[in-house]
Amino acid sequence: MTEPRTATEPRGTKQVHLAAHFPGVNNTTVWSDPRSGSHIEFDSFTHFAQTAERGLFDFLFLAEGLRLREQHGEIYDLDVVGRPDTFTVLAALAAVTEHLGLAGTINSTFNEPLEVARQFASLDHLSDGRAAWNVVTSWDAFTGQNFRRGGYLPADQRYRRARQFLETAIELWDSWSDDDIVADRESGRFLRRDDAGAFAHRDDQFDISGHFPVPRSPQGRPVIFQAGDSEEGREFAAARADAIFSRHARRDEGRAFYADVKGRLAAHGRTPSDLLILPAATFVLGDTDAEAADLAHDVRLAQVSGQTAIKFLEQLWNRDLSDHDPDGPLPTIDPIPGENTVAQGRASVRIHRDPRDVAAEWRQLADARNLTTRELIIEVTGRQSFVGSAQTVAREINDLVQADASDGFILVPHITPGGLDRFVDEVVPVLQELGVYRTGYPGHTLRENLGLGAPRTANSPVGIG
Amino acid sequence: MTTPRPPYLAVAVTGAGWHPLAWREPDARPAELLSAKYWTEVVGVADRARIDLVTIADTFRRRPPTTDDIDRPISELAAGRLDSVLVASRVAPTTAHVGLLPTVIATHTEPFHSAKAIATLDYVGRARAGVTVDVAAGAVEARLFGRRTLPTDVHRRDDELFAEATEYAEVLRRLWDSWEDDAEIRDVETGRFVDRDKLHYIDFEGRFFSVRGPSITPRPPQGRPVVAAATTSAAASVAFAGASADIAFVGAHDRVAAARAVDAVRAAQSTAGRDGDTVHVFADLLVHLDDRESAAADRRARLDLGLGTPYTGGTPVFAGTVAGLADLIAELTDPAVGVTGIRLRTATIPHDLLQITTRLVPELERRKLFRVSDTTSTLRDRLGLGTAANRYTRTSATTGGARQ
Repeated sequence: MTEPRTATEPRGTKQVHLAAHFPGVNNTTVWSDPRSGSHIEFDSFTHFAQTAERGLFDFLFLAEGLRLREQHGEIYDLDVVGRPDTFTVLAALAAVTEHLGLAGTINSTFNEPLEVARQFASLDHLSDGRAAWNVVTSWDAFTGQNFRRGGYLPADQRYRRARQFLETAIELWDSWSDDDIVADRESGRFLRRDDAGAFAHRDDQFDISGHFPVPRSPQGRPVIFQAGDSEEGREFAAARADAIFSRHARRDEGRAFYADVKGRLAAHGRTPSDLLILPAATFVLGDTDAEAADLAHDVRLAQVSGQTAIKFLEQLWNRDLSDHDPDGPLPTIDPIPGENTVAQGRASVRIHRDPRDVAAEWRQLADARNLTTRELIIEVTGRQSFVGSAQTVAREINDLVQADASDGFILVPHITPGGLDRFVDEVVPVLQELGVYRTGYPGHTLRENLGLGAPRTANSPVGIG
Repeated sequence: MTTPRPPYLAVAVTGAGWHPLAWREPDARPAELLSAKYWTEVVGVADRARIDLVTIADTFRRRPPTTDDIDRPISELAAGRLDSVLVASRVAPTTAHVGLLPTVIATHTEPFHSAKAIATLDYVGRARAGVTVDVAAGAVEARLFGRRTLPTDVHRRDDELFAEATEYAEVLRRLWDSWEDDAEIRDVETGRFVDRDKLHYIDFEGRFFSVRGPSITPRPPQGRPVVAAATTSAAASVAFAGASADIAFVGAHDRVAAARAVDAVRAAQSTAGRDGDTVHVFADLLVHLDDRESAAADRRARLDLGLGTPYTGGTPVFAGTVAGLADLIAELTDPAVGVTGIRLRTATIPHDLLQITTRLVPELERRKLFRVSDTTSTLRDRLGLGTAANRYTRTSATTGGARQ
């Protein structure tokens, strides 16, 4: 099979893209470490963002939560709880960074297109062209209880609304042309045309019209990210996204995903370089590979306490297991299939298969390797992508990128806010020595730094691409 | 207010200034109105002059609605604007002292989103955040959202919009209170990051919406950021300010009108059961300033002539010298009147803004009509609003009782 590759990139010199996910509300974040700081205070964000920029990263990424997670009807308290508002933090970070892209997850369910389009266009202006939107869907009634609309959207409509939401937002951004503001004092003409920003959109989700209030921003529109992994999600990304966040940081699944998604682009009139594949990846660095392995083991123990293991088990088993001993074998009773009633507010209960089959596999694995419940959970939830010395980690990252398992990685450190420091100080220079990582920012906007072209618009010349 | 203190000084900014033709002034920078550089400079000037607070106007329209109705093509006006919460967030790290009050429009938007945005502004601005809660009364805005039609009868419409805004402000405050200040415990021993007993469902059920809570964002540094409301001729707007605001902006051209406006706010406050709360009344003035009275009058006349109509923006207009403005401020803020602050709408930026910061402020200081507030204090403290008690926090006595 031929690997997708653009003609201008000879094998071995594909450039690595790096980005950073601010650690927060999930059990990879180790808050119990004495070096762990605030997840809310702006100083933490400043430190993290400035470190990422020192490392010439493409962007900083913020996740989203719109309801505190619950288990058994109680607020889940074992992980970090709480986060600041995405737009507010990103706009403030634009003041303390110069080149770093500012990417935020904003869902398309509990927002309206005009509002979100206005916020991202404003962010793009206020950051001189560094805004990015990770479009996600959410539909559940649990989250809906915090919003006027409630949990009104059936699950089967979530991609439909997301797609139309994004199409509508693009229509709004494109309603102004680059040259609509003339601002000529002498003639008294401010706008080139009276109808700058005019739009009218009608589909089965939205029926809106008027004038979009924000003139065209430096990037034209923010960079669009997409994170879904389903068939629908992959198609959505292939049609519209500039970058896709995947979960597939390992070699074989990464290559399969990469080939699949890049293979879908042609059908949408796009080329493989129009969409970057950026898996989320964790890392643990040591002076030697052996030391890193030891540290990684300690990190896993901190991430998965006995209590955390039980809570995780309950999410699959869909029943109360609070009496279960995490240091003993897996429960002998079976999971309850069907709708999960134990945990709410999680972005993903990732298991789509029958939980009884998953439980059977886990029992086999635990028996074969003589694992306790906690050890088993550590094993099956392990997503530590890179463990080793700086040399080892840099080499592995580069190998995966050159093998087309990804175009780069979104790093998820386990400590806030200093979790990126060592990576930037030690791994980045090795990647630079290998000739696969930039030594300066090549452009001014995020779109330029990601190597993406200017967005095509209704006003662009026809016939290109 | 038993102890008169010098009035607070606020500046209201928008675009190139409030006058629709401000963008054509020789010192205007009309091509930069959407840039971070422009806004950091404008708010930075106010910050360095130790102005107490800056309000940043907002609307979902390309232009403020009052000027949309002027019979003039929009292509001749400075159209296009940014989200004011994002503008305030962008300038927060580059300023140190000035209170930052962007506008949140309660109509068509979600209080859950606004609560976390303003709470976060309080974090990034180190306890200097506030918000002006406004409504969007037009069919133009309704069509941008496409989800709702408003009553055609103006009084019914205003009643509905401001009743909704009152619920909105209540939800903001409940969400800010929904985390107790010490909810984050990081108890390594028990593995608990938060004490969930210190997080509260707000369970708000109103006429317009319901919100379960708690907020996703912990309680902001000020506890409750400052809430402001602008009153109009609509009685419902005064009722809303009395029920919901820490600061009410009123239009008043002389001490009689100002005293009447204060009385109206106090009555609304009383009706809402808030007699004990501090509610500041700030008088709004649109200002054209210059060295000589005639020069200011000429400036105003020149701008209005270009527009083809006298511009007020619904606000009393002052055109004159800083000394004349200081006289008017003295009159409006006479302790007997009850107005505790002045908000100046700059007709043009930078001209009128610089007149305020370089000339008016020293003049007011000389007359003891302005005092530089403690630069380390929170905005709430500066405004004498006191610590915002959390409605969900039990007193130690209550907790003790519950334990027995």
